[in-house]
Amino acid sequence: MSAPDPVRFLAKNMRVDLALIAGMIAPRSRVLDIGCGDGFLIDHLFQTKGCDARGIEIDMAQVTQAVAHGLPVMQGDADTDLAHYPDDAFDYVVLSRALQAVERPREVLAQMLRIGTRAVVSFPNFGHWQVRWQLLATGRMPMTPAWDRPWYETPNIHPCTIHDFFSLCEQEGYVIERWLAADDGGRRAPWTRFLMLANIFGEQGVFLLRRR
Amino acid sequence: MDQPAASTDLIHTHVTFDDGIALECGTTLRRHTVAYRTYGALNEDHSNAILVCHALTGDQYVAETHPITGKPGWWESVVGPGLPIDTNRFFVVCPNVLGGCMGSTGPLCRRENPDGTESAEPWGTDFPPVTVRDMVRAQKRLVEHLGIDRLFAVIGGSMGGMQALQWAAQYPDHVFAALPIAAASYHSAQNIAFHEVGRQAIFADPDWHNGRYWEKHRLPARGLAVARMCAHITYLSEEALTRKFGRRLQCAPKDSTEAINLFGDMFEVESYLRHQGSAFVQRFDANSYLTITRAMDYFDLAADSGGDLAEAFKGTATRFLLVSFTSDWLFPTSQSRAIARALNRAGANVSFVEIPTDKGHDAFLLDEPDFHRTLAGFLRGCAMHAGLPAL
Repeated sequence: MSAPDPVRFLAKNMRVDLALIAGMIAPRSRVLDIGCGDGFLIDHLFQTKGCDARGIEIDMAQVTQAVAHGLPVMQGDADTDLAHYPDDAFDYVVLSRALQAVERPREVLAQMLRIGTRAVVSFPNFGHWQVRWQLLATGRMPMTPAWDRPWYETPNIHPCTIHDFFSLCEQEGYVIERWLAADDGGRRAPWTRFLMLANIFGEQGVFLLRRR
Repeated sequence: MDQPAASTDLIHTHVTFDDGIALECGTTLRRHTVAYRTYGALNEDHSNAILVCHALTGDQYVAETHPITGKPGWWESVVGPGLPIDTNRFFVVCPNVLGGCMGSTGPLCRRENPDGTESAEPWGTDFPPVTVRDMVRAQKRLVEHLGIDRLFAVIGGSMGGMQALQWAAQYPDHVFAALPIAAASYHSAQNIAFHEVGRQAIFADPDWHNGRYWEKHRLPARGLAVARMCAHITYLSEEALTRKFGRRLQCAPKDSTEAINLFGDMFEVESYLRHQGSAFVQRFDANSYLTITRAMDYFDLAADSGGDLAEAFKGTATRFLLVSFTSDWLFPTSQSRAIARALNRAGANVSFVEIPTDKGHDAFLLDEPDFHRTLAGFLRGCAMHAGLPAL
């Protein structure tokens, strides 16, 4: 596959924010996890919350791994395959640390909130102070734990900041039911009340959205 | 070969139903027989049954030595104790399809007179055309006869996958999981074209005698062998043929009748295909081959649901696993993906895996560890959701 492959990037950091995401999902709900990797989250949601959780994953090796673990996962691409689901097929559609890697983030979000009542989105924050500082001080593309691939081979083609994401939600008319900023270890950071601070000190943002 | 195939004389495990089966073509068979094999044991609440559906030239001898060829069963690496379809846990049923030639009602069987009595001669070319749906209805009778209301799973590759899809569409409440492997929801023009070449090869054989070859004590063995050779090429990939044979030569057989053997040599791939052809005619009937290839050609699940495949599965609670193979150009991944997308539209629970391999369509029959892992894991997961007791 020649297209950039978000999954390899995800796999490394796969589990850091999953506890936060799982915390936003109600028991026994219908969940679609886009870019589910080896299916860790859907397994967790089934085992601990009795959810009907399914996954889409672009990387075939990971899909095979997930299905071989008995998890309902299909090979597919967030950019092209969401269109094939009916309206309101899920209570939650999850996109964990992949928004920055899809080709058309705005359209993917719109599809998520078409096929799901709610969307849970997490992404690494490009507004983090280390990123800002590196670009300012060295004049080179930043390399941080969250942004760890050189510019010429990164699959992360659409980086955004927490602030940017707020603007997009407003522009698209999505209601942010909950949001939080976290460090790269997935620990919840205390700056949630202040967007400005969260956008500087949060390494990733986690959002729970619904249609207006 | 001038004796009819030995398969007519063998007694296969079977059950005969006397209450008639109305075929899609409008004909009703008053009696029909389903030959089958089972492996493992049915549990107390009859919830652990897996139906395995065979492909075009397969039969019910899925996991044991074949009574005619003496070769291992066609899925012996998949079905058995401790294998992906674990017979320690599941009760496996494999029927011979309607129209087949291994004991189920088909062109080899004695024809039915209009008054329901049995004629002395076989159906031959007069056997009514059957469809995949007819095959599945015959299998449903067998499954009911065995005391099974809901199958835990229906599994099949190629035409067996078509049957698995048909089962899920036709009897959604009686199939907990469906696993169409290397399958498609319709037979493409290219697939039909290859089948037609095979059928024409049979018709062109001087021993064909308009399909009444038994009268002359002949078999259209050369035509059927060519049909098999042609089909066999479509089951392999170019890489697999190159890897197995390349351009290597070997000595041509002394009794070779062809005049164009340049230096007394032949390519290994030629020899291989001839062997495939001649081995096939020992166990398969030409009229069955025509009947079943036509059933595959007619298959179009979406057409039966107003043109939208998703409609065929609307509201289904069946869990699906689709598997395709990268080098399969006969039932390519795009076909499995189209089914997966239709199932998404229907809101179904679907897993879909493409296995990397150079072995072509035949890969589903061969040793493919990733495929076997996927199969075993999916069944384990389904067993959990179905509430089957753990081993």
